[in-house]
Amino acid sequence: MTLWDTAPWLLWSIVLPLSAGILTFLFRRAAPWIGIATTLGSVVSVAGLAAQVVHSGPLRYSVGGWGVPLGIDLRADGLSVLMLVMSAVIGVAVSVYAARYFSDADATDERAVQAHQRAYFWPLWMFLLAGLNGLFLAADIFHLYVTLELLGFAAVSLAALAGKRAAVVAAMRYLLVSLSGSLFFLFGVAILYAAYATVDLTALAGKVQPGPLAWSALALMASGLLIKGAVFPLHFWLPPAHANAPTPVSALLSALVVKASFYILLRLWFELFGAVVTPATATFLGLLGAGAILWGSAQALHQPRLKLLVAYSTVAQLGYLMLVFPLAQNAGSALTAWSACVYFVLAHACAKTAMFLAAGNIAHAAGHDRIADLDGITQALPLSVAAFALAGISLIGLPPSGGFIAKWMLLQAAIGSGKWGWATLILVGSLLAAAYVMRVLWHAFTQVEVARPLHRVPRTMEWSALALSLLAVLLGLMAARPVELLRSGAPVSMHAPGQT
Amino acid sequence: MTLEPYLLYALAGVGLFAIGLYALIARTHLLRKILALNVMGTGVFLFLIAIAYRSEPVADPVPQAMVLTGIVVSVCATGLALALAHRVQTTTGRMVLAENDESGA
Amino acid sequence: MNLDHWLLVFILLSSFVTGLIIFFLKEEAHRLRTLLNLFGALLKVILVGVMIAGVQANHVYESRLELLPGLDLVLRADAMSALFATLSSVLWLVTTLYAVGYLEGEPHRSRFFGFFSICVSATTGVALAGNLITFLIFYELLTLSTYPLVVHRGTEKSLQAGRTYLIYTLSGGALLLLATVWLHTLAGPVEFSLGGALAQVATQHRSELIAIFALLITGLGVKAALFPLHGWLPQAMVAPAPVSALLHAVAVVKAGAFGIVRVVYDLYGVYTAEALGVLAPLAGVAAFTIIYGSVRALFQDDLKRRLAFSTVSQVSYIALGTALFGYLSTIGGLTHLVHQGIMKITLFFCAGIFAHTLGVHKVSEMAGLGLRMPWSMAAFTIAALGMIGVPPFAGFISKWYIGLGAVGSGSYWAVAILAASSALNAAYFLPILHAAWFKKRQDPWPADHAHGAGEGHWMLLAPPLVTAALVVAAGVLANAPFSPLEWVRYITEIEYGK
Repeated sequence: MTLWDTAPWLLWSIVLPLSAGILTFLFRRAAPWIGIATTLGSVVSVAGLAAQVVHSGPLRYSVGGWGVPLGIDLRADGLSVLMLVMSAVIGVAVSVYAARYFSDADATDERAVQAHQRAYFWPLWMFLLAGLNGLFLAADIFHLYVTLELLGFAAVSLAALAGKRAAVVAAMRYLLVSLSGSLFFLFGVAILYAAYATVDLTALAGKVQPGPLAWSALALMASGLLIKGAVFPLHFWLPPAHANAPTPVSALLSALVVKASFYILLRLWFELFGAVVTPATATFLGLLGAGAILWGSAQALHQPRLKLLVAYSTVAQLGYLMLVFPLAQNAGSALTAWSACVYFVLAHACAKTAMFLAAGNIAHAAGHDRIADLDGITQALPLSVAAFALAGISLIGLPPSGGFIAKWMLLQAAIGSGKWGWATLILVGSLLAAAYVMRVLWHAFTQVEVARPLHRVPRTMEWSALALSLLAVLLGLMAARPVELLRSGAPVSMHAPGQT
Repeated sequence: MTLEPYLLYALAGVGLFAIGLYALIARTHLLRKILALNVMGTGVFLFLIAIAYRSEPVADPVPQAMVLTGIVVSVCATGLALALAHRVQTTTGRMVLAENDESGA
Repeated sequence: MNLDHWLLVFILLSSFVTGLIIFFLKEEAHRLRTLLNLFGALLKVILVGVMIAGVQANHVYESRLELLPGLDLVLRADAMSALFATLSSVLWLVTTLYAVGYLEGEPHRSRFFGFFSICVSATTGVALAGNLITFLIFYELLTLSTYPLVVHRGTEKSLQAGRTYLIYTLSGGALLLLATVWLHTLAGPVEFSLGGALAQVATQHRSELIAIFALLITGLGVKAALFPLHGWLPQAMVAPAPVSALLHAVAVVKAGAFGIVRVVYDLYGVYTAEALGVLAPLAGVAAFTIIYGSVRALFQDDLKRRLAFSTVSQVSYIALGTALFGYLSTIGGLTHLVHQGIMKITLFFCAGIFAHTLGVHKVSEMAGLGLRMPWSMAAFTIAALGMIGVPPFAGFISKWYIGLGAVGSGSYWAVAILAASSALNAAYFLPILHAAWFKKRQDPWPADHAHGAGEGHWMLLAPPLVTAALVVAAGVLANAPFSPLEWVRYITEIEYGK
């Protein structure tokens, strides 16, 4: 046994960003380097953790050796490992991007508030990462609440970072939504504790039985998470908050933060409330997803501004995640549907980060992000436009991207259980996504006589967008191992007959 | 059937939560919204304390620990909310959230 | 390392990597780009040659990648894929030469040739796909890589055409995806195999298989330009001539037609398809499209639009030959896959030369063209006569076999269709030939870039001469070994289990 095999990697993935949060606050000059080093460090610790989980199955770790019920436990299974990998990889790309973005020498008037942005971005982002990793590793529902709040505070502060009127107002709305969502969730936690006298996920798993207490807990927690996860029709706060933030922040909010609420919902639904949920509730959530796909896409088709288009695309794509609930109803296709939605989360995270970063580059170079006036942008920024296009391919779900594999599995689950309505919805959603992505790429091919003067965009900012978009596409060719890994510690209700 | 005292407190907690939620939605002034959130939070805390006293004579320590943590979180949240509300007032001149601010660049 | 395992991957990469490198070349790096283009194209032809020799010697080439548990990306070389891979790689080589000459001095050439190369990689992938999911992946990649070529000019009109193209092809792709997933849930991982793979499944899931067939053919029919899904093709004519040549003869339309062939013969199997009763409707649609395309072609004055409708009509010969249940018509349909390719590419090359050198875009402007550009016009004439089905050119061979097969299976209506279509072909091609060779020129040329004398640039002229020579050779030497006809006979024998 080497140190690598036995190290408490899951602890490191929280401790590293947490200490980096303090360090970046103290040593502002070195902040970008500390940030990049921390994200690289979290890649290493996630790799170590992944090796442990692949080798010996789900892990559990008692912080400080206290154990249940008073201590805090951490646990890692296939799902949490994949989520950690996602936050680590996205984290590296965004950090590299942000290091350049917040220190760019030829800052425009638009980014006059540079100094305080640079000062606060890094600590907030590190705390955000710590909260996120803690959330993915939480073993009890109260710890989920605390990390959800930490994440929310960091996210709101980041959203307000731009300091302009629209950003502050959007952040304020985001904060109200986030706090009320968390309180709903906490109320659910309290009810579950009242009924079963434990908050531990594993201990609760076998105990929760249908009844008024379980139903009200499910209703409260689900509503809280749906509003924090910006699920249609509770998405109203997301587009302004995401679109008005500085580019790296938009990417983090859209790719990672909204996924946290969904992650909790997924865990609760399949691990705790498996015996409580009814087909009607599952269908109801699916219908919300359908609404999100159609409404979000329709809005994306009408946005005049690029970043708003990308933000509405997030609303639409989050709708797909909701489809897991109705599609997993059928025992034969449950595991497929569940894997599909987790893989969808990964693919969307890569694609959406790449798309926001590319959109940010475009907006930076052009000095605005009005879609109608983007003619000739390709000549100036071929790499960013390529990144946008590749990310778009994954969002649309065209092969061989990660989005394609996820949609393939969703379709397989839908058709396998004879749910043709959902299958049709998935395809229609893809075509709508194609329509809004092409709205932008359309301008990549128009010719302009006189190239307008454009701001220079640093190479690292272009390449970090491109690298992530390539990853989003390549995810389609390396899905076999992650999907295999997901089965480690998959919720019990997934082990349906006929599945291996 | 007699109403156990702890149940009375628990129901009062639910009531506070409901009142706070109503105010959060119905009031437009930001300070009132922040206060409403605090009322909601207090409702949840009351509920938790109530269920801790189910097992008299010795109270269950776990909900109490949760409430302590919850209060810390709540104080932080209020602080952040007040700071943001102040920024809203200085940038927009008003203490309310305008309906239509998506398009502002 | 086993080289056999990697050969197919190398065939794909030979153009894919070239394409990626070209994207990063500077606009002015003209020589380097041309060198890379030709190097990639030649390498691909050589590798495909190695592959054919291996397939001939019953060598199995296969590469796999696990996409998901129970779902593999499979590349495999069989006789059918060798046919299409050869067609696309050889025609790509000549088209590359032509495109280099045609686009000389135009903007965005690095972008153009990058996508051009990726487009051919996708086509080769379609040819080498060993199962439906792999086919789908490359089929969609083809859509994506051709879109930038269609809108290359960046004008309002070409962007409009590109939009139409994407709406059609992405919708078709969605149907194809639906059918592929459905089939996968029904029958598990099914791979293409000569003779068909679904005979077992057909006994239990008859109605589902019929529905899947309808979805597959609709999805493929968009690219194969089957009526009423052909709307994008005439619009896409705004693209530069090498792109039209590529779309019509090598890549897009052919990929659709090849997909139909694959589905009928190597997925369902011709006996199963016949037993399911799905061939007759397909034959009906194909027959209608043949006549419809020819009639529409008759009324086009724009030369490229006329050729486009001619493609709509001619590609359906492949579908018709495939759908008529009979050994000989299968030979005809498959041979036409190759023959139509070399004939149509010649016609587009020539149309491009006329437009590029003299500014001639319309049929009504072609009077006296034969005297001005005898070589180009001769190539055009050979290909046009081949299209009509005049012996001894290539088109005659394939039409003859389709006709024989129709008679053999008692489908006399199909013979009538063939006759009518040939008459229509003659009606829209002969006036062009007549005007070009026998009419005297009255007005000056619309835009004479060659300043009064001579043919176009040699890079433009050589490709159509080569392909026109192939048209003659494929007809005259039809019985020689390694002619398309002989190779198709070999395939057909396996498909019918003879």
